Amino acid sequence: MRVGLFLGCTVPVRAMNYEQSFRRLALELQLEIVDVTDFSCCGFPAKSIKEEAGLLMALANLALAEKNGIRDLVTLCNACTENLTEANYLWKKDQGLKEKLEPLLHSLGRTYSGSVKVRHAARFLFEEFKEVVAQRIKRRLEPLRLYPYTGCHYARPSEIYESFDNPEAPGTLTELLKLTGAQIISGQNACCGGAVLGFKEETSLKMASITLSEAREEGADAMVLICPFCDIMFEQNQKKIEKLLNVNFELPIVYLLQVLGLALGIPRDELGFNLNRMKMDNFWSKLEGL
Amino acid sequence: MGKTLTEKELDFQFKYRIMREKGGEKIVRCFSCATCPLSCPVRAVDEEFNPRRIIRLALLGAKEEVLRSPFIWLCSACYLCSERCPQDVKITDLMTALRNIAVEEGILPSSLQAQLDLLYKHGRLYEIGEFENKKRFKQLLPALEEKKESVISILELLNLNSLIPEEK
Repeated sequence: MRVGLFLGCTVPVRAMNYEQSFRRLALELQLEIVDVTDFSCCGFPAKSIKEEAGLLMALANLALAEKNGIRDLVTLCNACTENLTEANYLWKKDQGLKEKLEPLLHSLGRTYSGSVKVRHAARFLFEEFKEVVAQRIKRRLEPLRLYPYTGCHYARPSEIYESFDNPEAPGTLTELLKLTGAQIISGQNACCGGAVLGFKEETSLKMASITLSEAREEGADAMVLICPFCDIMFEQNQKKIEKLLNVNFELPIVYLLQVLGLALGIPRDELGFNLNRMKMDNFWSKLEGL
Repeated sequence: MGKTLTEKELDFQFKYRIMREKGGEKIVRCFSCATCPLSCPVRAVDEEFNPRRIIRLALLGAKEEVLRSPFIWLCSACYLCSERCPQDVKITDLMTALRNIAVEEGILPSSLQAQLDLLYKHGRLYEIGEFENKKRFKQLLPALEEKKESVISILELLNLNSLIPEEK
């Protein structure tokens, strides 16, 4: 199978461990990755300024994917997933908007027929590789207690995602983690606050603290993410939150693909763990001898 | 909160302006049931943000109050209220519509201005240069180049580059 990989802005610079684990997993699963070097920002950040700009940026990327013969486009960031999916959805559903945006897209020298299917890596793995992953598990991660954190834009708004998962409590991440044999904590998955960070930092940090506290109270060995922006809140701002609220989390934050990689028997130094920022001694000691 | 709004400060056309904006079409359906503030993860930690209050103010015509308040920028766009709204107001899209109107009225928070500047310079939110590629190489990742032409064209087509302050 052959898929296009849409990296977006944050992953290739601030979440290289996420990207590395995806590429390594693809190798393991014999999934061919097509990299399109001309991809740019998905457009999500421009939406708050002018919605049309955000959609047009998404369409410009989708047109490029189509031109490169990509039918399946895999994303790693929830915001990229949401914006590309929304543009795709509106392109088919909102004729008025299409008539307005199409000439602008053409003026960029691009055309789009609407043939690209956008899926987040977690959804893609769940829908295409779940059985393969299940068959190839080499290490059962039974001693680990994991808190899966899906993030908001993975399955919401449900309208554009055609309800592939429960929008209030998405289950695909949990289902994939169950394959590893790890113990799964069922948490509330309150919004990480990432979108508020640039406007009112303290509010966003307090939002993130709710989930960190919950994971700690439930005895999690790690929180498992599928979005680099959630990582900015839970991992890259964890020390700041601890200081602001005078609390102590010291909670390891890992990506889904890193955990699946471990369960598939891939050595940890090939999964980018050198870039995980929290202390993971306890996490590794639980896996010793497995 | 503070001051009382009087009729002469209200713009009764404001709701029609919102309804013409993509995402704002359904604002008049709201019957103030409070599902949105009770679902809101921002509201849970910060009382300054209250989607229902913003909708009521907008319907009343308190244009300046709505557009010039910091609270329209606090929505985290989690879409939880949109999923739950019994009137299908599409509150998250409505917040985007209000932000777009605010930008048209010349209001652009500094963090968004900074993002716009980055998009115009690099075609993405984070620069990719020699430093980043060296780090990528160490993680066995392929080198990337900044391809910014289409982003620059889009920002210029929609005249958004005019919102970026000239460098001194």
